[in-house]
Amino acid sequence: MALARPDESDERRLTKRAARETAVVRFAGDSGDGMQLTGAHFTLATAVSGSDLATFPDFPAEIRAPVGTTYGVSAFQINFGARRIKTIGDRPDVLVALNPAALKVNLDDLADGAILLLDSGAFSERNLKKAGYVSDPRADGSLDRLRVVEMDMSALTKEALAGTGLTSREQLRCKNFFALGVVLWMFDRSRQPTIDWLKKKFADRPELAEANIMALDAGHTVAETAELQRMPAFEVGPAPMPQGLYRTVTGHEALSFGLVDGALKAGLPLVFCSYPITPASTLLHDLARLKQFDVTTFQAEDEIAAVAAAIGAAYAGSLGVTSSSGPGIALKGEAIGLAVATELPLVIVNSQRAGPSTGMPTKTEQSDLYQAVFGRNGDTPVVVLAARSPADCFEVAREAVRLAVHHMTPVILLTDGFLANASEPWLVPDIDAVPDFPVRFATADSGPFRPFERDARGVRPWARPGTPGLHHRIGGIEKQAGTGNISYDPANHQAMTDARWNKVLAVADEIPEQTVDQGDDEGALAIVGWGSTHGAISRAVTTQRARGHAVSHVHLRHIWPLPRNLGALLRRFDHVLVPEMNKGQLVTILRSEYLIDAKGLSKVTGKPFTIAELEDRIEAVLSPTLVMEKSA
Amino acid sequence: MNAPLTVEKANLSPKDFATDQEVRWCPGCGDYAILKAVQKTLADIGAQPATTVFVSGIGCAARFPYYVETFGFHTIHGRAPAVATGVKLANPELDVWVVGGDGDMLSIGGNHLMHALRRNVDLNILLFNNEIYGLTKGQYSPTSRVGTRSPSTPKGSIDRPLSALNMALGIGARFVARAIDTQQKALPGILEAAWRHKGASLVEIIQNCIVYNDEAFAAFTERSVEADAQVHVVHGQPLIFGKERDKRLKRSENGYGLEVAPLGEGDPLIHDQTDRVLAGMLAALEPPMPVAVGILLDDPAETSWERAVRAQDAAERRPDADLGAVMRRGATWTA
Ligand code: SF4
Repeated sequence: MALARPDESDERRLTKRAARETAVVRFAGDSGDGMQLTGAHFTLATAVSGSDLATFPDFPAEIRAPVGTTYGVSAFQINFGARRIKTIGDRPDVLVALNPAALKVNLDDLADGAILLLDSGAFSERNLKKAGYVSDPRADGSLDRLRVVEMDMSALTKEALAGTGLTSREQLRCKNFFALGVVLWMFDRSRQPTIDWLKKKFADRPELAEANIMALDAGHTVAETAELQRMPAFEVGPAPMPQGLYRTVTGHEALSFGLVDGALKAGLPLVFCSYPITPASTLLHDLARLKQFDVTTFQAEDEIAAVAAAIGAAYAGSLGVTSSSGPGIALKGEAIGLAVATELPLVIVNSQRAGPSTGMPTKTEQSDLYQAVFGRNGDTPVVVLAARSPADCFEVAREAVRLAVHHMTPVILLTDGFLANASEPWLVPDIDAVPDFPVRFATADSGPFRPFERDARGVRPWARPGTPGLHHRIGGIEKQAGTGNISYDPANHQAMTDARWNKVLAVADEIPEQTVDQGDDEGALAIVGWGSTHGAISRAVTTQRARGHAVSHVHLRHIWPLPRNLGALLRRFDHVLVPEMNKGQLVTILRSEYLIDAKGLSKVTGKPFTIAELEDRIEAVLSPTLVMEKSA
Repeated sequence: MNAPLTVEKANLSPKDFATDQEVRWCPGCGDYAILKAVQKTLADIGAQPATTVFVSGIGCAARFPYYVETFGFHTIHGRAPAVATGVKLANPELDVWVVGGDGDMLSIGGNHLMHALRRNVDLNILLFNNEIYGLTKGQYSPTSRVGTRSPSTPKGSIDRPLSALNMALGIGARFVARAIDTQQKALPGILEAAWRHKGASLVEIIQNCIVYNDEAFAAFTERSVEADAQVHVVHGQPLIFGKERDKRLKRSENGYGLEVAPLGEGDPLIHDQTDRVLAGMLAALEPPMPVAVGILLDDPAETSWERAVRAQDAAERRPDADLGAVMRRGATWTA
């Protein structure tokens, strides 16, 4: 049944390929066109070839937007290269547009000279109108600045599948694999991983596997034969990566593994309670697939029930975890306060999205930092951590578990819509390299049990129901130090408020001192970042340092409490710049904590910082310095 | 996993379930009687302090856990059923009681009560219904009757009250009972039945708030009228009532409701606690019809929710599961 496939090694000899260090490809089409799958397979082929990469899916908020509309466009971007890749890439070098709407939405992101691969078969008058075009962009000169490759992918796919017995509609559904075949050829990537996947996926319906493989091969062949005309061909080599076994991982996948690893190391069953919300829900899905471990997942009736059940589970001696995005975290606020008051361990994951209110659920932002650090009634300190990359979510999740259970405190873990869905190669860690951190529950001693007796670190005992001799009452009403009995005593409230506050601050004794991610620990400019801006800042700083600028990159994992040495470190720089996808939240905390003149760089477009934006700002901050140095 | 729990019955007296905390309800509050009945029930069923947990929300009733010598968790307004759901999910072996008032569980926490009942979490839910907000000083509640004058409704409330028991039945609750704070003889039996029921049990306890809503239930709880104004329902027993035990309940002519008829003319209706339709008709009775007291419905499911969840999870659990191996599964490559 399989089509004869040209031998891939022959092909390589025949084709002249332009070497590139990196390339950014964006696949865009209608949400029904299967762009995410296409992107995922291009990613897999690229990963297997040894290039480093970063990807990001950009799908519409509507589940089934009308076909052909601009708001129904779904896209997937990959940046890959022969060097370490830190971002998804500022601008695509190649845009694959499967319909006019996909072109319209993405056109502005293309730099002059970028390659635009179009399915000309989709550029009917009707589709142009649906996308809001008054004239055909291919004819009115608006694409002149690009390198346009037109191909009637719709017709070519149908032609390739003519003999399969599939309906015309079914044939057209394979168009994305045709497009994939073209792009795989363009970058000299293997089709084999996709073919293997299709055979496995459609094991019950081999005719569908075969049809998709035929479309894939057809795209590949057409690209190859079109080469002599105008089909560009590139060579992007493998990147120098640390040795080991790799896989691709999204932020939420890594987070789910990290939570499970934390639970295993703590010796606790994991009870994960959540309520569906974009973009947090995938964490619930990921954990629901890890039930071979002692994991229970609970889809609660609302956000409040989700956090309340997680608190109930923690009270009963499990690792209670809840997750949401900003609006849901707002609803959980009162209950998080209960966990603070009763000093129960709790992990709260916030996959931030653009706010306020519903905002832009599928777009990323970092605007819940204030909410995490301050967003509750009363003096209600919690530990706040932020993950910087999809792979980093693993370690940060495990760290969140450790701090929660060993300090009897809620820990808020901040990710965002970008981190949740973005993927990157992950050097699969050796989980045994990190020692266990088993929890010791209270057991009955002589004398009455004192649930609010603190140890040297200010931490109270964790007493599970079911333990003989430990029955006691706790609650959100202020408690008498030691006994935990209700107390309205003024001095006691002062003491308990101080104790809760100091307990969380004392976490700083157990976290690493802040290190400099890149550059010297003193100089002209420190860029202080947190969360998913890491990649863009890192690349911008690398480039600026190569130009001889004394700029360093400091990236925070620990948002609250802050690392002990952070203030002293930042004071060793002339300037401190804090880029954030919000109106300046971390920068305000740094200014108030350290009385330093840190400046913010704000971006709230729902899209991550580009490297160029950061470089421009670095140059702007540094240029007066340079001028001063020259005149001195 | 959780520590193994001892299963022997504890041999404790009601007094052993009293804490050293000063009880802070108003003198004469119906909550005192309920506390007494609960402590007696705990002794009767041989409850273990170590494996018994009282979870409450906010309100006068929600202070309850501080006065019971077991584990106790006084949570936040309305959320007790949700917290208790988490407790049961983490450890199904615990005996978990939920205590709250009508404001706590039917207003701010209505959603959680609804879902705890719908899911059939094995909780013993005690709803103290005094038709008023006590702790916040007397505002009308979701069970207050139309026209209730309160600080927030000086001209009388407009909202129609809800029936907790009919709501529970509509949601699909499988144990629905009504009790009265002052009926110290009947109350422990009903509480014990709720405890025996595996799954969510809802007991509405008519509770007099002597300060803000005194005598709200006098029309059917006054000694002088109670025999004629209440019908005590017992499984398999005829639905008869009255000081002279001379009245019976019968299906109304159209078949959709209940009517009162003199005993003697025709057979009395027999109470069947597995009959959801009958339970609904009984729950809906309001003065001047006799108010139904006792176990209206007790029809346990095969298993409770948390046990079903745990069983499903247990089937997937692999004690030798290796996280490292799971992380290395799927498409991988070596650099
Ligand atoms: S206000 Fe009413 S319900 Fe509350 S304690 Fe006083 S009498 Fe009881």
